[in-house]
Amino acid sequence: MVTLEIQGLSKAFGDRVLFKNLNFRVESGQCLVVTGRNGSGKTTLLRIIAGLVRPTRGRVLICDENGVMDRSRLRRNLGIVAPDLVLYDELTALENLVLFARLRGLDGGPEAAKRTLEKVGLCERAGDLVATFSSGMKQRLKYAFAIQHSPSVLLLDEPTSNLDEQGVDMVRRVVSEQKERGVLVVATNDPEERSYGEQFLHLG
Amino acid sequence: MSKEAELEGVKQSVVSGAYKAFVGVWMTGVILAAFLYSPEIANLKGTQIVYFHVPCAWLASLAFLGSGIYAVLYLRRQNLELDVKSASAAELGLLFCVLATVTGAVFSKANWGMAWNWDPRQTTIAALLLMYLAYFALRSALVGAEKRAAISGVYAVAACVVMPFLVFVLPRAFESLHPTVVRRGGMDPEIAVVLAASTLGFTAFGVWIFRLRVALGSIALSRMEEPL
Amino acid sequence: MANSSSTWADGCWAVLRKDIQSEFRTRYAFNAVVVFAITTLAVVSYSAQVVGAGSRLLSPLLWIIILFSAMSGLSRTFVREEDAGTANTLRLVAEPTAVYVGKLLFNTALLAVLDVLIVPLFLVLMDVSVGNLFLFVVILITGSVSIAATATFVAAIVSKASVRSALFAVLSFPLLVPVLVAAVQGTEASLRGASIPEGMPFVRILTAFAGAMVAVGLLLFEHVWNEA
Repeated sequence: MVTLEIQGLSKAFGDRVLFKNLNFRVESGQCLVVTGRNGSGKTTLLRIIAGLVRPTRGRVLICDENGVMDRSRLRRNLGIVAPDLVLYDELTALENLVLFARLRGLDGGPEAAKRTLEKVGLCERAGDLVATFSSGMKQRLKYAFAIQHSPSVLLLDEPTSNLDEQGVDMVRRVVSEQKERGVLVVATNDPEERSYGEQFLHLG
Repeated sequence: MSKEAELEGVKQSVVSGAYKAFVGVWMTGVILAAFLYSPEIANLKGTQIVYFHVPCAWLASLAFLGSGIYAVLYLRRQNLELDVKSASAAELGLLFCVLATVTGAVFSKANWGMAWNWDPRQTTIAALLLMYLAYFALRSALVGAEKRAAISGVYAVAACVVMPFLVFVLPRAFESLHPTVVRRGGMDPEIAVVLAASTLGFTAFGVWIFRLRVALGSIALSRMEEPL
Repeated sequence: MANSSSTWADGCWAVLRKDIQSEFRTRYAFNAVVVFAITTLAVVSYSAQVVGAGSRLLSPLLWIIILFSAMSGLSRTFVREEDAGTANTLRLVAEPTAVYVGKLLFNTALLAVLDVLIVPLFLVLMDVSVGNLFLFVVILITGSVSIAATATFVAAIVSKASVRSALFAVLSFPLLVPVLVAAVQGTEASLRGASIPEGMPFVRILTAFAGAMVAVGLLLFEHVWNEA
C-alpha cells in the first residue's frame, strides 16, 4: 500500500518564509487535512507534493510496494484538484479526458472517459466545450481529471468550492473511495471538509 | 590569523604575483617579436595584427565551449557555483569575441578597403557575438537563481552544438577572403613560433581573468540572503 | 497497461492532435504566420524592381519571408500553454519528451503548410523559373525542418522568461545563421539550375543541423520544462 512522507520540508519565496521543517507521514486509508489562513502556504504545499514546485529544503517521499515513486510513476499514481488547475477551454470535456488518458497511458478510450464523466455527473455535457462550462461544472471536470486513473495519492485543494449539494455528495463519495485505495491530502478552511481527516496540519 | 594561515596567504600572493609578472613579461616579448622578429605575410599590410586577432578568436571559441561544459555540469549537479563559472566564461568570451571582430574589421579595411563584407569568417564571428549577447539577454529576463542557471545553461549548450557548424562547416563550404596561410600546414617557422607564443600568453591571461571573475561571482553568490 | 514506448508515441500523437484541434478552433498561430507571410510577399512584389530579379536577390527574399513568418508564430505553441496555465496540467500527466516531440511535429506541420501556401505564390508573383526543381524542394524541406526544430526549442526556453516575443527572435537568429546561409545558397543554386551533386553540400549541412537540433532538444527539454 502507498505511504506519503514529508521530511524536513521548507519553502521560502525570496525573503518570505512560508513554512519551515515540516515532517509528516500519511499511511494508506488516511486523510491529512491542511488548514491555515489565506496565503499560509496550503496550495504551495500541495503543489510541492504534486511535483510542480521545488521545495527550498527537505523532500517528499511517496512509496508503495515497489519503492519510492519517481516522476514518471507519480504521473500515473497522483491526482490533484486545485483552484488554479486549468483544463483546455477550446476542447470538449470528453476530448480533455481522452487526451489526458492517452498521455497517462490508460486503455479504454472514449468509453472509459464517459464512465468517469458519469461518476462526476457531467454525462450530458460530455460533448460541450469547456469554455461553456460554469465554474461548478469545471470543478466537476477537475475531479474527473483527478480520478480517471484511480490514483493512489489524491490531493484536493478546497474540494467543494463552486459545488452545489449534489457536487458535495460527489466529493464525499470520492473521498471515501480514495480512502479504500490509498492516501488523501485535503487543503481547506471549511469545517465540514475538516471532518474528512484523521491527521491535521496547521500552517501559518 | 595563525602563523600557518599567514604563511599560506603570503605564499599565495607571491605565486599569483609571479604568475601575473610572468604573463606580463611574456606578452611584452610577444609584442616585440611581432613587430621586430616575424616577417610580412603574403604581401598583406599590417599582418602583425594576426598575433592578436587569432588568439582572441581562439579564446572566444574556447570560452564558449567552457561555458557550455560548465552549463552541462550545472544541469547534472545543480550547484550554483558551476553556473557562476558558466556565466563568467561567457563574459570573457564576449570580451574576446568583440576584440576578434574589431581586429578582423581593422585588418579587412586596411587590406581590402571594406571593414565588413559578410565573408564567411566574418559571418561566423558575428553570429558568435550575437549568441553571446542573446545568452546575456536571456539571463536578464529570467528571475530566480536556479531558473536562470538552468534555462540559460540549456541555451549555452545549444549554442555550443551550433558552433561547429559556424566555425568549421561554413567557412569550408564557401570561398572566403580570409587569409588561408594561417590555416594550412607549412607555415614559416618564425610566424608559427610567435603565433604559438601569443596564443599561450593570451590563454594564460584569459585564465587569470576568468579566475578573478569566478571569485567575484562566488562572493556575490554567498552574499545572497538565505532565509532558511 | 501498454508498454512504455508505445505510450510515449501515443503521448506525442495525443499532444500533436490536441495542438491541431486547438489550432483549428482558435487559429491562434496559423493566422499570425500566414497573414505575415502574405503581407510581406505582397509588399515586396509590389516593388517592380524585385519582380524578375535574379536568383541572387530572390533566394534571400524567400528565406526572409519564411524565417520571419516562423518567428511571428512558432513560439505560440509553448507560450500559450504557459500563459493559460495548461502547461502545469500537462506537466502532471505527460512525459516531457512526448510533449516536446508533439509540439515539434506541430510546428513542422505549421511551417509545411506555410511553405505550401507561400512558395508557389512567391514563384508566380516574382516570375521566377526554377532550374532544378528537385533540389529546390529538398532544400526547402530540410531548411524548413531546421527552422522548425530550432524555433520549437527556443520557444520552450522563451515560454519560461518574461519578455517573450523580442527574446524569441533574439535567441533564434544566431542559432539559425548556418541554416540561413546554407538554405539561401542552396536555393540560389537550385534556381539557376545547378546539378544535384553541386547542391549536396547544402543539403548535408541542413540535414545535419536539423538532426543536431532535434537531438539537443530531446536531451535538454526536460530541464527547461520542469523548471518552476
